[in-house]
Amino acid sequence: MATELKPDTNELGLGEINKYDFRNAEKYIFKSRKGLDAQIVHQISDMKDEPQWMRDFRLQSLEIFNSKPMPRWGGNIDIDFQDIFYYIKPSDRQGRSWDDVPDDIKRTFDKLGIPEAEKKFLAGVKAQYESEVVYGSLREDLSKQGVIFTDTDSAVREYPDLVREYFSKIIPPTDNKFAALNSAVWSGGSFIYVPKGVKIEFPLQAYFRINAESMGQFERTLIIVDEGAQIHYVEGCTAPMYSTESLHSAVVEIIVKKHARCRYTTIQNWANNIYNLVTKRAVAYENAVMEWIDGNLGSRLTMKYPAVYMLEPGARGEILSIAFASNGQHQDAGAKVVHAAPHTSSRIISKSISKNGGRSSYRGLVKIEPGARKSKSNVVCDALILDSNSRSDTYPYIEVDEQDVSIGHEASVSKIGEEQLFYLTSRGLSEAEASTMIVSGFIEPLVKELPMEYAVEMNRLIELQMEGTVG
Amino acid sequence: MISSTQRETLRINDLHVSVGDREILRGVNLTFHRGETHALMGPNGSGKSTLGYAIMGHPGYDVTRGSIELVTAEGQSLNVLEMEPNERARVGIFLAFQRPMSIPGVKMADFLRHATTNVRRPDRKEGEELLPMRDFRKELKAKMEQLRMDPEFARRYVNDGFSGGEMKRAEILQMAMLRPKFAILDETDSGLDVDAVRLASQSIAEIGGAEMGILIITHHDKLLEHNRPDFTHVMLGGRIVETGGPELAEELHRSGYDRIRSQYPDAAADEAAMRQEKHVEPAAG
Repeated sequence: MATELKPDTNELGLGEINKYDFRNAEKYIFKSRKGLDAQIVHQISDMKDEPQWMRDFRLQSLEIFNSKPMPRWGGNIDIDFQDIFYYIKPSDRQGRSWDDVPDDIKRTFDKLGIPEAEKKFLAGVKAQYESEVVYGSLREDLSKQGVIFTDTDSAVREYPDLVREYFSKIIPPTDNKFAALNSAVWSGGSFIYVPKGVKIEFPLQAYFRINAESMGQFERTLIIVDEGAQIHYVEGCTAPMYSTESLHSAVVEIIVKKHARCRYTTIQNWANNIYNLVTKRAVAYENAVMEWIDGNLGSRLTMKYPAVYMLEPGARGEILSIAFASNGQHQDAGAKVVHAAPHTSSRIISKSISKNGGRSSYRGLVKIEPGARKSKSNVVCDALILDSNSRSDTYPYIEVDEQDVSIGHEASVSKIGEEQLFYLTSRGLSEAEASTMIVSGFIEPLVKELPMEYAVEMNRLIELQMEGTVG
Repeated sequence: MISSTQRETLRINDLHVSVGDREILRGVNLTFHRGETHALMGPNGSGKSTLGYAIMGHPGYDVTRGSIELVTAEGQSLNVLEMEPNERARVGIFLAFQRPMSIPGVKMADFLRHATTNVRRPDRKEGEELLPMRDFRKELKAKMEQLRMDPEFARRYVNDGFSGGEMKRAEILQMAMLRPKFAILDETDSGLDVDAVRLASQSIAEIGGAEMGILIITHHDKLLEHNRPDFTHVMLGGRIVETGGPELAEELHRSGYDRIRSQYPDAAADEAAMRQEKHVEPAAG
């Protein structure tokens, strides 16, 4: 075959993506009152019937949250913490088949295409609606091999030893104000354990949906990839548009052991009134590889800097990030790599697009600790600005405490040129098609890293974002 | 059938074009019919490329006076100046760029499938189906073989890291796929070695043949080797001062523009003035 072309249909994507903005009537088992205090935290812990250690952890985290100031960098966070619902329980149990999921919620995920995708190419699915995981599945052959894929609440009950060993060890509540908040009120999220040597071929996917207005969603994800094991985990996120802001503040901790590989892909398309303030961090041991692929298309403000701590020789961290900021959006996204052992390597590629008054920032840290000899790090960040109202900033931080290392950093900012547009329109493309094509080309080096289904999805989302850009 | 095809005409009348406040074209008249080959020659800076851009509708080139009219096979007259560049492409006008733009990350095949679909289906709405993949691939493969291009070419990013010769061949490939009625080739020979020019010349002849009206902008006669012009036009000082047959191209190639300059002193004075202005402008260097 002479050519290899992208599919132009959305056969396997995550569904009718221009239909994200729909909402269901609120029919909940339990909805906490608005606001945050110890009573709310007790209530959440009661609802979950948690062990005492977790209750104590939550209460302690609440104190840390209250004592920490708001971050003074990044974006403007204008949140009234007392005007948010911290816990909403949508159904009384988690479905193992979609038929067990309440009708309106099932319809939601149908519209988002999750059951369809599950049939076609996923090894397992978790669907979270408001505060709880309402559906979960895992292919039988994987569970027979000892793979655990459950919601984190169930994991606390069913795998207490594993959870206690790793939970909050990578991201303690003291890490930052929003990690403390999540630690106090967390609910849902995925817990994954991949046993030694088990390589999961197809992705496991989680989908996070916020439906209620003024909702706070605080999922907590913990992934342990044992020696020589492999996993690709994907998350998608959407919400309907309301006039008031909602908050999504997750904590994701990942342990990648010796010779193991973990790839974590996010396609975040939150409504434009959602604050998306997320802490994601992985530790990688000897010759382990951790890859974050982070697509940020939605939200009002995203502050997210997926991190890899390379703790033993040969560990590798990769962070590929795409941010698209349109009118009223600020994507403060980036990456953090910490080289804490010799012969470790990292690569950060960031591509950001700003249009229609949107603002995107790359904020990244490369840290090389003493003794991390022969470590290598390479950072490339490219920004594309589509019009003169839009903005792009780069904040690269590099801290090196070791001589014998190699570090590269390149940054570029470009605008879509009149000459490029003219060239494409002279071949019959409309200006909008031409701009979209230039933008797709700009992110192509990252999109081609995605499995085909997600590449198609990403391109569709970019096309949606580009609609109405010109004329 | 033949007679109706022959009537398809691109007619440029008294065209004045400015870039910023510099007037570059000062009343160009040129008519060409589908099936004819025209050569447009002239010294550097006489306005040849400007004519190409103006016909294609570059937004930086302001038409201050005159008209461009396309007469269809049905005898309908279309006002080209009212059209956006993509609409001009859809009615069958094509410009092979002297310096094509690179579009990193966009594969030639994807770009061409979009372009070909839009040009062949002028009524297609955005987001509607593209040409069927199988048919398109087959056709692209055949055209690339005809142009002796490596199949790998289709997978490369548009003009990204192309050599001069590859860029020009990519332009000819685009022309082959879009099958325009009127093609303007802007110095498709510049930056190519002798063999590459010969190959380009041959390809243009094979693809254009009698199907297209071709306007070849060139300094040399090599590109005309396989494309013997029915008409040769000489541009000087922003207008066409003389039109002749193939022997005129040969004469200019042999003897240069001295005779033209002395025979048309007004245009020669304009040319000198334009060159002066260009020197004043810092960006022009």
